[in-house]
Amino acid sequence: MLHIKCPHCGLRSQNEFAYGGDATVKRPELNKEVSDKEWDTFVYLRKSPRGKHLEFWHHISGCRQWFKVERDTVTHEIFKTLKPNEDN
Amino acid sequence: MSQDFRIDKIGLINRDKKISFKFNGKNYFGYEGDTLASALIANGVHLVGRSFKYHRPRGFFGAGVDEPYAIVQLYKNNETEPNVRATEQELFEGLEAKSVNCWPNVNFDIGAINNFLNKFFPAGFYYKTFMWPKSFWYKVYEPFIRKAAGFGVASIKHDKERYEHKYEYCDLLITGSGPSGLASAYAAAKNGARVILAEDKPRFGGSLLTSEVNIGNQSGKEWAENIVAELKEMPNVIVKNRSQVFGYYDHNMLVMSERLSDHLPKSKKYSPRQRLWYIRAKEVVISSGSIERPLVFGNNDTPGVVLSSAAKEYLKVYGVLVGRNPLIFTNNDSGYETAIEFKKNGIWPVILDTRSNPNSEVIDEAKRMGINIKFSYVVVAAKGYKKVKSAEIAKISEDKKDLGQIENINCDCICVSGFWTPTIHLASQSGNKTKFDKEIDAFVPGQSKQEETTVGSANGIFTLEETLKTSFETGQELSKKITKNDNKVSIPTVVEKKLTKHDKFWCVPLPEGKKYKRFLDFQNDVVVTDVELALREGYRSIEHVKRYTTLGMATDQGKTSNLNGLQLVSNVENKVVPAVGHTTFRPPYTPVTIGAIVGREIGKHSKPTRKSPIHLWHEKNNAVFVDAGVWLRPRYYKQRDEGLFEASKREAENVRKNVGVCDVTTLGKIDIKGPDVAEFLNRVYTNAWLKLPVGKARYGVMLREDGIVMDDGTTTRISENHYHMTTTTAQAANVLSHLEYYLQIVWPELNVNVVSTTEQWAGAAIAGPKSRNVLQKLFPDTDVSNEGLPFMGYLEGNLFGVYARIFRISFSGELAYEVNVQSDNGNFMWEKIIEIGKEFSIQPYGTEALSTLRIEMGHVAGSELDGRTIPYDNGLQGLVSKKKDFIGKRSLNRSAFTAEDRQKVVGVVPLDKKTSIPEGSHLVKEAKSKLPNPKLGHVSASCWSVEYNNPFSLAILRDGKNMIGEKLFALSPLKNKTIPVEIVSSHYVDPKGERVRS
Ligand SMILES: [Zn+2]
Repeated sequence: MLHIKCPHCGLRSQNEFAYGGDATVKRPELNKEVSDKEWDTFVYLRKSPRGKHLEFWHHISGCRQWFKVERDTVTHEIFKTLKPNEDN
Repeated sequence: MSQDFRIDKIGLINRDKKISFKFNGKNYFGYEGDTLASALIANGVHLVGRSFKYHRPRGFFGAGVDEPYAIVQLYKNNETEPNVRATEQELFEGLEAKSVNCWPNVNFDIGAINNFLNKFFPAGFYYKTFMWPKSFWYKVYEPFIRKAAGFGVASIKHDKERYEHKYEYCDLLITGSGPSGLASAYAAAKNGARVILAEDKPRFGGSLLTSEVNIGNQSGKEWAENIVAELKEMPNVIVKNRSQVFGYYDHNMLVMSERLSDHLPKSKKYSPRQRLWYIRAKEVVISSGSIERPLVFGNNDTPGVVLSSAAKEYLKVYGVLVGRNPLIFTNNDSGYETAIEFKKNGIWPVILDTRSNPNSEVIDEAKRMGINIKFSYVVVAAKGYKKVKSAEIAKISEDKKDLGQIENINCDCICVSGFWTPTIHLASQSGNKTKFDKEIDAFVPGQSKQEETTVGSANGIFTLEETLKTSFETGQELSKKITKNDNKVSIPTVVEKKLTKHDKFWCVPLPEGKKYKRFLDFQNDVVVTDVELALREGYRSIEHVKRYTTLGMATDQGKTSNLNGLQLVSNVENKVVPAVGHTTFRPPYTPVTIGAIVGREIGKHSKPTRKSPIHLWHEKNNAVFVDAGVWLRPRYYKQRDEGLFEASKREAENVRKNVGVCDVTTLGKIDIKGPDVAEFLNRVYTNAWLKLPVGKARYGVMLREDGIVMDDGTTTRISENHYHMTTTTAQAANVLSHLEYYLQIVWPELNVNVVSTTEQWAGAAIAGPKSRNVLQKLFPDTDVSNEGLPFMGYLEGNLFGVYARIFRISFSGELAYEVNVQSDNGNFMWEKIIEIGKEFSIQPYGTEALSTLRIEMGHVAGSELDGRTIPYDNGLQGLVSKKKDFIGKRSLNRSAFTAEDRQKVVGVVPLDKKTSIPEGSHLVKEAKSKLPNPKLGHVSASCWSVEYNNPFSLAILRDGKNMIGEKLFALSPLKNKTIPVEIVSSHYVDPKGERVRS
């Protein structure tokens, strides 16, 4: 079970969190023309990297905040956790 | 009554307390402190089972966790448990156990014929033999394998024992209480660290219980006792025996299984049988010790062939002799220690040492005691079928290739020592890159991946002095990192005998013309020729060899077999062992009961049960409940001898005719506040939300980004910046997370706050032509007329002194209202509604009637919003705004979603107006067509229409908009039904929606 540091609550066990997918994906802005390809990429295409991965987690049984986790998908090492508006 | 193999005045058992037990139906006795194994050996019982593949007789090989054979079926309190290691099972009064893997009994085993049908069971026998013909698999092969294989029988009864889980945090977790574990624990504890010391066995001390050493002027055993006593008194230390740390997981999470009652005739009151500890440790000290390696020779699986360390443990801990005429076969000094113990107790052993001329203090002592030692000698084969009777021995050449003249020597046991294998399972599980240590011919931990340090013989250190020194230092340094304290304890002086180097030799060659089986893996019956065959057949990777031969699999996880297997592969392949590498060690290190893994999460405890505040009333009024997510909801209220069909029909008819009331507390409710709520809802829902006035509700549909409908519900504007959203019962949690995602990540600029209020409000839906009459009487001071409270209107009212929210919304398609009060007032509200509604013939209705009402109205719900449908499919395209953007809108342009013949919800009526259509039925053009019969759609929900008094269903049908009036067939292979049907509008009742507005 991973030990994840919520930026608001501190280190907690994984069973308090829900995984939320790739955090590098940016939703296209509202009311903007988006090509089929661009939209498809946003909705469906995700990288599955071996190694460092920036991902969203949701502290669902805690403060209910979404945040970013930089994690190694092989070793599960967590390098850092960030609030959604933080870059490092 | 005396026991033939028990000797006086030695051991740690309590001879004042006799314990009787039963094995294979026969009565025996042992003493308090015995294991089942030690008590059986004391009674001269050596045959305890049959082997896995060849059904050869099996005895005892080890004395603890390393035991590969002595696995028995245990019976206790009318319960049975498989796969119990006799070497670990402590004796208790009334214990009953039986052998496994033999039929009809252990002495005469029909499966033993496999032993003579050798050809049938070479390496990969599963793959080769049971491959073909395919039709044989179910009838012949599988039943055969099932009967022949496996170690025991699982109970199919409900397990009445209690199991618990516990979460714990500590600075240092120390796995094993041998000298290295005790020293690390002591140093760390004295330095202020929070320590957990875990010992698998009932007794602390590990090797100190059986070795002849002195630590600080005490015997090793006394030193261990004193350290443990002191640790137990310290408030920062948890000391646990009968506790196996079996798994090392991510981020220094380890799992430990504590056995609290397995050694007792009955579980103690208020105590679980076992407790699973989830331990998050800052640092882990692995002090799991080492396991003696077998030597490989002919028939080395015969009962009576035991590890020399086990023989010593039986003697020193239990006062039990594994034989009275022992032959010791060793390639190192450890065998001598066992021989010396035998001799001290009046038994004359013979030592065969593979080395030609070793010199050490232990060897000198053995010589001084007059023990018969034969150097450069090996055991070629054990003789005897159910027990060792003698051994074939021979001199071996210096290059270990040639055997001399075979001699026979009488013996009743053969104690083998092939040196020691560090127990690196936990280190390896943690991700440690283990390395091969040529000095000891074994793998030891290398670079740590997690915060883990291995000490003592688990780290390949085999002298006590070095072990204690490094372990004290480890405990000191690791604790200092955490506590920042620097309290050092002095390292005691050690007296131990110096040992000399072991011999790398481990596998005795076969003598000319002999085909003795030489076992590598005792549990899985893997012999030398199996591995050789696998290599000849082209298996190269050790992982493939493992799977092809089953070497190192199952509960044993290669504890005794791993290294010899690797050595053999490396010999045949002409590679060094590290180039072969070892297979992955997987948790659990030892078997864990399913009960311990599940813990308290059984039956009703496996998930929470949520009950509405009106639940008791439902119970009193004969509600039959149904699970709705985690909620219990009344499905129908049973009257007299009604069944589901009659009751739900009566309830639904009463709604259509008079008025009904339904508990809708379970609906998801989300309170939304902030100046930007309207803009937010406008982006979340498909329809327009910017102009919703205060005091009005609106129905909305929300999509996922891929255009699929996620949920639907109404949202009401309570005041300027305050909204109340409802979701379906099933999607409540997902919708909240979805809203939070967009507010926190995608549009953080929106000033909006969301919080779940599902449990804060109790809700009652009052539906039917007379619902307004009920409402008027509930709120006499409030104008609830069609003008005062129009369709989709909202009011706040005073329900006999209780604050209430009144929504005019309808799921049933009738004139209907929903009244919400704070949960604590839920039952009060409900009883008032029932009381006041009496004169209007009000009846409560359950989810079944609710479904009927919505289905015949053509209202879509979970069975249509099934994660595969878009708004159009559900007839909700009118709610999709063309003007504004919203979540998922762009996806609706996908070509599949705009196809001319896109699926759409329709109504389905059987032509005979009698036969109900099973949900899930396929709609097809032809009743009898070549399979697969092309599917045009499926029936999503079925009911008995109370309006028309015939069956009615909803279906999602390809090109649904052009199919009205078509005649099709509903096929249900599950129910074996073919029903001719007609496709009609999904709005079967009140298609214009006049009733809700009346
Ligand atoms: Zn948090």
